[in-house]
Amino acid sequence: MVPFTYLEPASLDEALALLAEHGEDAKLIAGGTGLVNLMKQRLVRPDFVIGLRAIRALAGISEKDGLRIGALATIQSLEVSELVRRHAPLLAEACGHVATVRVRSMATLGGAMAHGDPNLDTPPALIAMDGQIVARTRRGERTIPVDRFFTGYFGTVLERDEIVTELLIPKQPAGSGTAFLKFLPATQDDYATVSVATRIALGADGTIREARVALGAAAMVPVRARMVEAALSGKASDEKTLGDAAPLVVDAIDPIADFRGSAEYKREMAVVHVRRALVEAAAKAKEAR
Amino acid sequence: MRTIKLTLNGTSVSREIEDNRLLVEFLREDMKLTGTKESCGVGVCGACTVLLDGTPISACLALAVHADGRAVTTIEGIADGDRLHPLQESFLRHGGFQCGICTPGQILAAKALLDANPHPTRAEIQHWMMGNLCRCTGYYKIIESIAAAAGAE
Ligand SMILES: Cc1cc2nc3c(=O)[nH]c(=O)nc-3n(C[C@H](O)[C@H](O)[C@H](O)COP(=O)(O)OP(=O)(O)OC[C@H]3O[C@@H](n4cnc5c(N)ncnc54)[C@H](O)[C@@H]3O)c2cc1C
Ligand code: FES
Ligand code: FES
Repeated sequence: MVPFTYLEPASLDEALALLAEHGEDAKLIAGGTGLVNLMKQRLVRPDFVIGLRAIRALAGISEKDGLRIGALATIQSLEVSELVRRHAPLLAEACGHVATVRVRSMATLGGAMAHGDPNLDTPPALIAMDGQIVARTRRGERTIPVDRFFTGYFGTVLERDEIVTELLIPKQPAGSGTAFLKFLPATQDDYATVSVATRIALGADGTIREARVALGAAAMVPVRARMVEAALSGKASDEKTLGDAAPLVVDAIDPIADFRGSAEYKREMAVVHVRRALVEAAAKAKEAR
Repeated sequence: MRTIKLTLNGTSVSREIEDNRLLVEFLREDMKLTGTKESCGVGVCGACTVLLDGTPISACLALAVHADGRAVTTIEGIADGDRLHPLQESFLRHGGFQCGICTPGQILAAKALLDANPHPTRAEIQHWMMGNLCRCTGYYKIIESIAAAAGAE
C-alpha cells in the first residue's frame, strides 16, 4: 500500500484546519472501504490521511423536522435503525442492499456521498427523498441537494478543504409511498446492474401529486429522471399510466457497457425496474392514505 | 510510526506500527495470528473477517490504526482453552468446511450473527452469511452448521 502519515483530529475544527493546511496532499478517511482500495491500487497517493472516526459531531442520527444523519453513520446502523425505518424506510431498504454485512458495517453514509461513485445504492434513495448534504469548510457551511451534488464519474461539488458533516432527509409528504429495486442478475453482493428509487405522493382524489424517480449505475452520476416525474404529475396512479411513463427514463440515463451487461440491456432493464418501482411505490402510497 | 493499544482476543496489546499498516498485515505478520486469511484483498470474499468491537469487518480493508483503543477478535480467540467454541464444534460435526481457507471468516461472521440474534431464521442466516464465499462446500453444510449451533445454544 502507498505510504502516508495518519492524522486523527479530535474535533471538526481541527480536521478542517488540517485539511486546509495539507490541501491537495491530504485525503479524509471514514469507513475506508473506498479509499483503501484506491490506495492499494495506487490510484490515490495522499501524503496525509486524515481519520474522521474520533469526531463526535459527525456521529449520530436524530429526528427534528425530518432526519439528520451524521456523516459517520454506518450503512449497517442505518439499515437497522428504528428512526430510519420509521421516517425514511427507503434509505433503510437501500442500505440493506449494500454489498455484505462487513462492507455495511465499515462504510459510512458521508463516505458513500463523497466517494462520487455512480454505482452506489444510497445516492438514488436520498435523491428520491429530496435529501440534502451539509458540508463545511473553515469559511462556512452550505447545504447541497443530493441531486446537484454529483458532477461526473467519481466527481462531486466538494472542495478539497470541505467535509461532509450531515445528511438531511426532510419530512416526507403525507400519503407517500416509496420503493427501492436493485437489479442483481449475477450475485447478491454485487454492485447494481441498475438500481431505482421511487417516491409517489398521492393527493386526496387519488391522483399523483408528485413523483420522484432516481437511478444508480445508469450513467456517470446518480441521476434523477425528471421527464418521468413530470409525466406523472396530476395523473392517475394505475398500472397503465405508470407503465406508460417508465420508458421516458431512457432520456435521463446513459449506461456504460461492462461485464454486467451492454448499454442496450441496461436501458431496457432501467425501464422495467422503473415501472416496477413506480407500481410498488404507488401501492404503498395507497396503503398510507 | 505510531503505537497502537488494543484488546486482542481478550488480552491488551501495545505495538508500534507503520501508519499505513493494514489490520490483516498487523494480525498475520506482527502478531503471528495466521488464522486470519487474506484472499481477494478488496473486501469481497470474507476470508479476512475479524470482529472489531464484536462487528464483522474485512481486515484487508481496515487500517491497523483504526483498531487503536478497540477490541479485535480473531479465530484464535474464540475457544475457551481446550474447549472449542460451539460454532467450531458444530462446523466439525456437520462438515461445515473442506479445505478450510474460508472457515475462520465463516465462523467469526456466524459468531457475530448469533451474538446479536441467538435464534436466527434460515433466511436471516443466509442474508448475513452471503458475503463469506466458499469454493468447496456449496454452502449447505455451512448454513446447517450455523443453524445447529444456534439450536444448541
Ligand atoms: C467489495 C465492496 C462492495 C461494495 N458494494 C457496494 C454496493 O453494492 N452498494 C453500495 O452502495 N456500496 C457498496 N460498497 C461501498 C462503496 O463502494 C464505498 O466503498 C463506500 O460507500 C465508501 O464509504 P466509506 O465510509 O468507506 O468511505 P471512505 O473509503 O472512507 O472514503 C471514500 C471517499 O470519500 C471521502 N470522504 C469520506 N468521508 C468524507 C466526509 N465526511 N467528507 C468528505 N469526504 C469524505 C474520502 O476522502 C474518500 O475520497 C462496496 C464496497 C466494497 C469494498
Ligand atoms: S481478503 Fe478481505 S475480503 Fe477477501
Ligand atoms: S472450505 Fe474451502 S473455501 Fe470454504
